[in-house]
Amino acid sequence: MAYSEKVLDHYNNPRNVGSLDKTALNVGTGLVGAPECGDVMKLQIQIEGDTIVDAKFRTYGCGSAIASSSLATEWLKGKTVTEALSIKNTDIVQELDLPPVKIHCSVLAEDAIKAALEDIRQKQAGGQQE
Amino acid sequence: MKKTIFMDYQSTTPVDKRVVEAMVPCFTEVYGNSSSRNHQFGWDAEDAVKASRETVATLIGAKESEIIFTSGATESNNLAIFGVAEMYREKGNHIITCATEHNAVLDPCETLEKRGYKVTRLIPKPDGILDLEDLEKAITAETILVSIMYVNNEIGVIQPIAEIGKICRSKGVLFHTDATQAVGKIPVCVEKDSIDLLSMSAHKFYGPKGVGALFVRRRNPRVRLSPLVHGGGQERGMRSGTLNVPGIVGMAKAMELCIQEMPTETARLLALRNRFETQVMGALDYCFINGNKDRRIAGNTSISFAYVEGEGLMMAMPEIAVSSGSACTSSSLEPSHVLKALGVKDELAHSSIRFGFGRFSTEEETDFAALKVVQAVKKLREMSPLYEMVMEGIDLSTVKWTDHH
Repeated sequence: MAYSEKVLDHYNNPRNVGSLDKTALNVGTGLVGAPECGDVMKLQIQIEGDTIVDAKFRTYGCGSAIASSSLATEWLKGKTVTEALSIKNTDIVQELDLPPVKIHCSVLAEDAIKAALEDIRQKQAGGQQE
Repeated sequence: MKKTIFMDYQSTTPVDKRVVEAMVPCFTEVYGNSSSRNHQFGWDAEDAVKASRETVATLIGAKESEIIFTSGATESNNLAIFGVAEMYREKGNHIITCATEHNAVLDPCETLEKRGYKVTRLIPKPDGILDLEDLEKAITAETILVSIMYVNNEIGVIQPIAEIGKICRSKGVLFHTDATQAVGKIPVCVEKDSIDLLSMSAHKFYGPKGVGALFVRRRNPRVRLSPLVHGGGQERGMRSGTLNVPGIVGMAKAMELCIQEMPTETARLLALRNRFETQVMGALDYCFINGNKDRRIAGNTSISFAYVEGEGLMMAMPEIAVSSGSACTSSSLEPSHVLKALGVKDELAHSSIRFGFGRFSTEEETDFAALKVVQAVKKLREMSPLYEMVMEGIDLSTVKWTDHH
């Protein structure tokens, strides 16, 4: 199976690899997937007000999984939380030209975004209660 | 150095030029149909086939009349399993095989199961070697066939074939072995090993694709088979169809070369593999060699690189052509059935790569490949959330994972 140029570009030059302080109140962490399934994504976002100012990822998985998460972090930066929630896996499929067998990689990336946003929502809800 | 280094010798091999030379006249000069009994063209083709059949037979300790030429090991395996199952149906309906077999054995067995046969799939020990006691216990009065591969195509381990043969012989059960990865690499003798049926494929030992053979024992015991392919009655009626004369000549030549060069070649490949393993394992933590380290063929190593995924890893080293223990590249997301049978955890099975060394592998290539592997694994571990967690001291088995499949 040949990879699309965009997958290769993200795979060879992944954007935003790394980690943010997961204990910080304005950092949300999404950890999705499972090692036995062959892919795990950790996606983190940092917000200021309602805007995502930074995003980082680490992914264990195939090239398409790495490219999907790299693309997701690129898209997240500068978006508002509401805008981020509207990112769909199909957008990633389209942008990266993922073949049907790799669609689950894009689903995982969407799940990771949602999980990171949910983490931050919970953290901030908790923070307000205190 | 070549642009891409071939390290997938278990999947196939390039045809040796000396083999090509032996084959060429069969396309343009000796082009007769070896079944044509009434003219020179047919006789010449028949002579070429006869000489090749003798060579192939001799090199595995068999008689000329015991070699059935086929299109390859998949067909040979199918012919052996379906052929015995149908012919010996009156005697029994039980077949024993191993969970680490190639699909060319497992699939026919599964098909037979659907037709009412009973199939036992033995689980090998964690090092990939079959437990002989398990085999003995599995044999019943209904057992008609035991099919155990000689050398595993993923992890390269060599099964105790002579012992298995002895057990089968003593119980009066036919013994088939898929020797696709053994012939041409280690000495194989159907007499010494008490083998009744043996499959082989030319393209695995520097011969052409599309040709193989099935050894079918004629004496003590005489094995009878129902054919899969019906027609002109070639190959003693067991495999009809015009013989692939160039292929057969090529296979015999390729086998001859392998046997001649085996002692020096085995030592050379062993040195290359050890060199590779030393370099890779020395530079990386959390790497594991799959299968028994002592009982395996020289040109194979299967390594699990924990916390990186096999397909992603192959993509990170496009300079080397290898194969993943994970079947992720196909539509299934299941890791290799071989590694699973060994009890290798799924996450490690997903992280496994098979490296092959063969006739055209060099030291320079081996060193280059080892370097690329180390670089790629390090790069991906930098990106791996699992490696990061392990470095932080987190036990991955305590993490609650989300299963998205």
